[in-house]
Amino acid sequence: MDFYLTALLQGLCFAGIAFGIYISMKIFNIPDITTDGSYTLGGVVTGIMLTHNQPGYIILPTVLLAGALAGALTGIIHTKLKINALLAGILVMTALYSVNLTILGRSNLPLLSMPTLFSVVNLITNVNQNSLLILIGFVLIVALIIGYLLKTDFGIAMRATGNSEPMVRALGVNTDRMKITGLAIANALTALSGYLIVQLQGFADISMGIGIVIVGLGSVIIAETIINWLQITSVWLSLILVMAGAVIFQFVLAFTLYIGVDANLLKLVTAAFVLLIVGFPRLTGRAS
Amino acid sequence: MIQLSNINKTFNTGKPNQVTAINNIDLDIKTGEFVVIVGSNGSGKTTLLNLVSGNILPNSGSITIDGNNVTRLPEHKRSKWIARIFQNPLLGTAADLSIIDNFRLAALRTKAKNLSIGKNDQFKSLVKDRIATLGMGLEDKIEQPIGTLSGGQRQALTLLMSVMDTCKILLLDEPTAALDPRSAENVLRIADSLIKEYQLTAILVTHNLKDAGNYGSRIIQMGEGEILKDIAGTEKQSLHQNELFNWFG
Repeated sequence: MDFYLTALLQGLCFAGIAFGIYISMKIFNIPDITTDGSYTLGGVVTGIMLTHNQPGYIILPTVLLAGALAGALTGIIHTKLKINALLAGILVMTALYSVNLTILGRSNLPLLSMPTLFSVVNLITNVNQNSLLILIGFVLIVALIIGYLLKTDFGIAMRATGNSEPMVRALGVNTDRMKITGLAIANALTALSGYLIVQLQGFADISMGIGIVIVGLGSVIIAETIINWLQITSVWLSLILVMAGAVIFQFVLAFTLYIGVDANLLKLVTAAFVLLIVGFPRLTGRAS
Repeated sequence: MIQLSNINKTFNTGKPNQVTAINNIDLDIKTGEFVVIVGSNGSGKTTLLNLVSGNILPNSGSITIDGNNVTRLPEHKRSKWIARIFQNPLLGTAADLSIIDNFRLAALRTKAKNLSIGKNDQFKSLVKDRIATLGMGLEDKIEQPIGTLSGGQRQALTLLMSVMDTCKILLLDEPTAALDPRSAENVLRIADSLIKEYQLTAILVTHNLKDAGNYGSRIIQMGEGEILKDIAGTEKQSLHQNELFNWFG
């Protein structure tokens, strides 16, 4: 049972990445893979600030800002230098590896006995269940903020940008700035996942972000499959499903390990699973 | 309302495929004029429209809109005067967004899109009333994604969206080219009545000579980046469709 609880906790931590990918991929239609770098960035910034005894109310905004900067950089390279979004993301992600290593100063930083988000607030005595409550509250607040943002006039302009750029420009929106802002928000959310996971696991690691973009992609694709299947148009429900997608994804991985698949094969299983979900509508002939 | 002076636009300068799209054009469009531009493919009609909208910038010359020099102003900053209808009905609306969201965005064309929720009940009933004037029965579907509608319906809604916010100039780039004859006629009729009702200055680019004869208060024929004919007033009204055909003879 603890096994699945851990998966649930991890899934909730990864909801940030899922929201980020949802914004960059589904809303802006930009394949952004800055993710690997900005997730680790969020993690190492959290780790280093915790070990330097910075207060929590400074750490969280710093993490968000760091992620936003990384995303904005990808956005600027993509829009101003007219470089393919995928390449722009790879460039920033690659550069971030050195940045992260410099910030961290070494490849792994344990955070044992540090006062983390999960140890500062004590709602119930069971550590895991306490973490669960905190995470659910935390992620719901994040979902609430994104949901509100998408409903505002600014949010409508954001959602329209991924649909029809000529229209949005003709309606007085600077689409370049909009994309830069969007990628900044997406990567701030990704960094938020790094922030949560580092505190949950109790260490920051330079390689924690390798291949993490697939977690976000998988979560969003799971959510999208359900959204299309049930023909959901509500922004709120979509966000909740993206969150659920992140959790389902972790459950599948946990289950894979549980039935005895070699942990070394986990990335292969992950890729195969994502392929399966993406291909599912085609395989069953439900493709629109 | 719109003045173009000595406008030149060349694409691919210095390359083998260099094209002079606009060759030293002077054009003065007065407030309330409805200009129809005809011309064969490659004559520079759409380039001219794009120069007015700011989608492309001229190599030389100056453009004035409503007394302001806008020559170097990007498209999104000219939107405070200009609303555009695209040839592709899919471009003028955001498919995944609901009708009401599309209208909300259009209602903010000249304003800031800020972090407040402006899509309230009052706004919804305003949009419903406006859409009801189309007589297409779309007023009960405002929460539906606009992508589920037909090209004709979307183009009609796009026209309505253009007057949701203060609008002085309406640019129509072959708005009916992708529509069936009946929807096409409907869309142009709506455009014409909106232009009259809101006293808009309008430019319509079209290949349809029947429409060119029926609509507009001034007609311009373009060819190889230059203005070949420019007819306005009663002479335009009495212009016979056969004469138009002869222009291209």
